[in-house]
Amino acid sequence: MLRRLSPHQPESFEFTPANLDWAKAWIAKYPEGRQASAVIPLLWRAQEQEGWVTRPAIEYIANMLGMAEIRVLEVATFYFMFQLQPIGKVAHFQICGTTSCMICGAEDLIAVCKRRIAANPHEISADGRFSWEEVECLGACANAPMAQIGKDYYEDLTAEGFETLLDEFEGGAVPRPGSQIGRFSSEPLDGLSSLTEGERIEKANGSVTRAMEHGDTIASITGEPVTERASFAAPIPKQPETLPAPRAEGPDDLKIIKGIGPVLEEKLHGLGYYHFDQIAGWTDAEIAWVDTHLDFHGRVIRERWVEQARVIVAETAAQDA
Amino acid sequence: MLADTDRIFTNIYGMYDRSLAGARKRGLWDDTAGILGRGRDKIIEEMKASGLRGRGGAGFPTGLKWSFMPKGSDGRPHYLVVNADESEPGTCKDREIMRHDPHTLIEGCLVAGFAMGAHTAYIYLRGEYIREREALQIAIDEAYDAGLIGPNACGSGWDFDIYLHHGAGAYICGEETALLESLEGRKGMPRLKPPFPANTGLYGCPTTVNNVESIAVAPTILRRGAGWFAGIGRPNNVGTKLFAMSGHVNRPCVVEEAMGITMRELIDKHGGGVRGGWDNLKAIIPGGASCPVLPAEQCADAIMDFDGMRELKSSLGTACMIVMDKNTDVVKAIWRLSKFFKHESCGQCTPCREGTGWMMRVMDRLVTGEAEVEEIDMLLSVTKQVEGHTICALGDAAAWPIQGLIRHFRNEIEDRIKYKKTGRVSAVAAE
Repeated sequence: MLRRLSPHQPESFEFTPANLDWAKAWIAKYPEGRQASAVIPLLWRAQEQEGWVTRPAIEYIANMLGMAEIRVLEVATFYFMFQLQPIGKVAHFQICGTTSCMICGAEDLIAVCKRRIAANPHEISADGRFSWEEVECLGACANAPMAQIGKDYYEDLTAEGFETLLDEFEGGAVPRPGSQIGRFSSEPLDGLSSLTEGERIEKANGSVTRAMEHGDTIASITGEPVTERASFAAPIPKQPETLPAPRAEGPDDLKIIKGIGPVLEEKLHGLGYYHFDQIAGWTDAEIAWVDTHLDFHGRVIRERWVEQARVIVAETAAQDA
Repeated sequence: MLADTDRIFTNIYGMYDRSLAGARKRGLWDDTAGILGRGRDKIIEEMKASGLRGRGGAGFPTGLKWSFMPKGSDGRPHYLVVNADESEPGTCKDREIMRHDPHTLIEGCLVAGFAMGAHTAYIYLRGEYIREREALQIAIDEAYDAGLIGPNACGSGWDFDIYLHHGAGAYICGEETALLESLEGRKGMPRLKPPFPANTGLYGCPTTVNNVESIAVAPTILRRGAGWFAGIGRPNNVGTKLFAMSGHVNRPCVVEEAMGITMRELIDKHGGGVRGGWDNLKAIIPGGASCPVLPAEQCADAIMDFDGMRELKSSLGTACMIVMDKNTDVVKAIWRLSKFFKHESCGQCTPCREGTGWMMRVMDRLVTGEAEVEEIDMLLSVTKQVEGHTICALGDAAAWPIQGLIRHFRNEIEDRIKYKKTGRVSAVAAE
């Protein structure tokens, strides 16, 4: 299969400092003089950082490993997981299309991708956020059909369920990976036929647990902890109820909440929020909406506005009583 | 049915404690130093006596493979390389070991590494198994922290390191010499043998490449004794094995069972039966893409082990079945495998590079029926020209599913061609 580098290339590439440390640690896995062994993991890290493998990245890694550039280029074009052109900014959907998945409905999933993302594989959606491709067997056949989205496997899919997943990604959320029909892992649906004795202490299977811990399903990997915004299962933003104006007694002094100053208070007023009890009632989805309408992503959660507001409301109620 | 007490993978679904403490409670890492204390020769003898055959598909006796490693060192280090590049279509068993029962594999690496004089193991995972790699790394770190591997592993006096490595989406890297090429930082193109890896493998040093499952079952075999393992299943086909079912069964799953179980029992007991009942079965691919498809009439009594499948001119492969019911277009199902092999041919040998494309294009025509009946024999002849004429077995693997299809479903292909030409179906298809 012909795989060529994209005609549009960035000026330069370098690892973030944390990724550089990571790369050096990885190279140390191999004997002295055998650092070329690290070429695939390093190219992969470059792709995780940038979204795709660029020509400057190939040159940078060749230089780092003391390899001829052509040798690294060979590797980058040989292995299909390396994206040689930009992918959707938010997520790239890889639908497994090989026989097990095909006979379980993978073609329907691909039809959804063609209709909702782009007509052709590797083509980026009109809004620049998504792309897709059909890939060969991903090795989760007992959970067919399935797709890999970012780092994670979404399993036991149906066309309708897959559309819902897409809705969630479009809404800025990262749905929980793993089986989408409630299976734990690859056990028979509704009822174990073996290994029935044991204490079921694990809450999710080995892959889903990692995804939840790291929250980096579709995040760019810089070596730093993933920010809250990109974190796992961010809810679909929903606007909380607003008031056209403060109630008769006038607006509360929202500045009592730590983290809210005069500027933010004015912004909140502008959005239609004047009272502690309004803020105290925000759900996760509503917090996400407010977050995106303020300039400081993640502040509402980080500074615990909702919890603070709840305490204030409770205290006020106690005083009144 | 195999009793839970005879199962080696006691946490294959990952529901129970996956940590080192949990693994120990289930009996792993129990007196590993004692096993190593038996010495290399005793361990290899025991493995040979157990009759374990490689679980990656080819079924080569594992103990024998270990014994090919040089007895002493000529100054070159020895390496154990674990093939975790699970990418045979239909196959999803090693993934469960790595993410849910990783300590079976880690302890296995130590035992196997010691038995072949290796101080270092590399585990080569397929690139897509990102979370599995993370889960396995956590378990490896736990083992290091507990002194089970690393310097003086388990207090045995043997130093042992395990490193994870990964690929980036190339099926061919499941072939052992392609895997070694890839691990050295090159394209995954298979090497000519000889020299065999046991003499000249990774970095030109003596190397043994084993499948994940083959390594992971070793500690339990050594603890419970070769006799226990050899007592399960039929002679030459012994032990327990991870099986999987995908496609048209009511409850697809991965499950450990005794070798020699029949296809039907496996599907009925663990897979909840064929969708629409056993009579609705059309065909089964027994163990991954390269195994010739079997028609329903051969499946009922088919015995799932190496010899049982060979008698039916198929093969056990990885024992991960693809089950197809009567609604399935079996020609298209096999065409998809041809597309797979065309995609995955590394391009090194001409018969495979060109042949996989030819075969897929003729299969395209057979799927739509826009072909001549003679093309069926032409296709068969092309498969014979690819088979056996390439460095590695990918060419064979691409040829076999098509040969199986023509062997069992020639009528269906012919009918489709006739229908396209005349608009009529023959009596066979109208049954």
